[in-house]
Amino acid sequence: MSDYNFAYLDEQTKRMIRRALLKAVAVPGYQVPFASREMPMPYGWGTGGVQVTAACLTPDDTLKVIDQGADDTTNAVSIRKFFEKTAHVATTEKTRAASVIQTRHRIPEEPLTADQILVYQVPIPEPLRFLEPRETETRRMHALEEYGLMHVKLYEDIARHGHIATAYAYPVKVEGRYVMDPSPIPKFDNPKLESAALQLFGAGREQRIYAIPPHTRVVSLDFEDHPFEASKADHACDLCSARHTYLDEVITDDAGGRMFVCSDTDYCAGRQATGHHGRLSPQEATA
Amino acid sequence: MRDDTLSGGFADPPVDAAHAFRAALSALARPGRIETLTGAQAPEPVSPAAAALLLTLCDAETPLFLAPLHDTPALRDWIAFHIGAPITPPHAAQFALGRWSDLPPLQGFPIGTADYPDRSTTLIIELDRLTAQGARLTGPGIETEAHLSLPDIAPFRANRALFPLGLDFYFTCGTSLAGLPRSTNVEDA
Repeated sequence: MSDYNFAYLDEQTKRMIRRALLKAVAVPGYQVPFASREMPMPYGWGTGGVQVTAACLTPDDTLKVIDQGADDTTNAVSIRKFFEKTAHVATTEKTRAASVIQTRHRIPEEPLTADQILVYQVPIPEPLRFLEPRETETRRMHALEEYGLMHVKLYEDIARHGHIATAYAYPVKVEGRYVMDPSPIPKFDNPKLESAALQLFGAGREQRIYAIPPHTRVVSLDFEDHPFEASKADHACDLCSARHTYLDEVITDDAGGRMFVCSDTDYCAGRQATGHHGRLSPQEATA
Repeated sequence: MRDDTLSGGFADPPVDAAHAFRAALSALARPGRIETLTGAQAPEPVSPAAAALLLTLCDAETPLFLAPLHDTPALRDWIAFHIGAPITPPHAAQFALGRWSDLPPLQGFPIGTADYPDRSTTLIIELDRLTAQGARLTGPGIETEAHLSLPDIAPFRANRALFPLGLDFYFTCGTSLAGLPRSTNVEDA
């Protein structure tokens, strides 16, 4: 017997979130307003994602939580513990073993399956917000499909830098209709937005929920002469030698030393366990 | 007060509703997939799947329309006790329940507004038969194509043409549940 209702939220709140989730699925990429609740963690720590996860979890689920790809960072650990305590669900660090994955700013390297749900924590859900601060205006722009301003922004990138300099939260068009902010994932992850898994986005402070159903067309905005490119650091992982994964740069001393490691810790550990070694792998592992 | 007014709710509401919602979410995210929904029993003629859907999604904040054959005193009492949803005419309904042949014209239900396409009715339609055969479905949630025994084609094509506005549908038969969001293209098989 727990002192908490299953998955923390009361039933009426869950029904409200669930109704918003279903409308979000029905209109891919459209931001559905919802009555976000105070959660026992500050805004910016994933209150939107936590509420979406709470509304989706069943006792049979296995939950994985990642923060920038890592299972062992503060945000990931605290959210995992939160649901262990309030929903008594099994948790895992293995992408493959999870049925629900809550993520902050990454998509796991391993392709997701139809049985999985990916829940994103979203800080600013409105892709047009930094171009137009008024909610009444951005809402009207979405209604009229008036996205010229976004292309102007990308064009100004090219005019100023010679290429599209937006490296994360790269805007996408969902099913040919709504321009959507994929949350601050690196643009390296954008191609993975077309997935077999259901993807749900929760913005707690901004009180918005949106979704990408499985196999939905998701196109990163670009120009014919400046096509979208999923870029990453031009290195191999220093622990597992992967060249196809998104890398974090880690400063190792104050003399310019640095290493590149996979941002997805579970994927990197899996590769190391199957015998892949990188430039900086521990000696006993390479011996 | 009848016996079946008080019975037929979820045995363990938080957990049963969680399972029911996942089935409903999966059904709407993958049009054509048929899910099983149990754990609830409303008075005749409501199917167990439709009863579970009502318990999971509706409450005092969601005006509900009942088609004539479903608008019985027994069901009104059951809804009043378990759900508390106000019963309304179509133009104010957030949810609607009825048999396909018994529903008023779909034009009477709200389809949302250009600014808020989510403010539209979700219809729960009771069918005698629900199988993964029949009309051809394509669109979000479907890898190549899916099939579903829809009761008609033209109304759902017209609904798709309204996108991003439009109605969203659940079909129920016994304990079976399938979804058809407004984003799905419907064609003759």
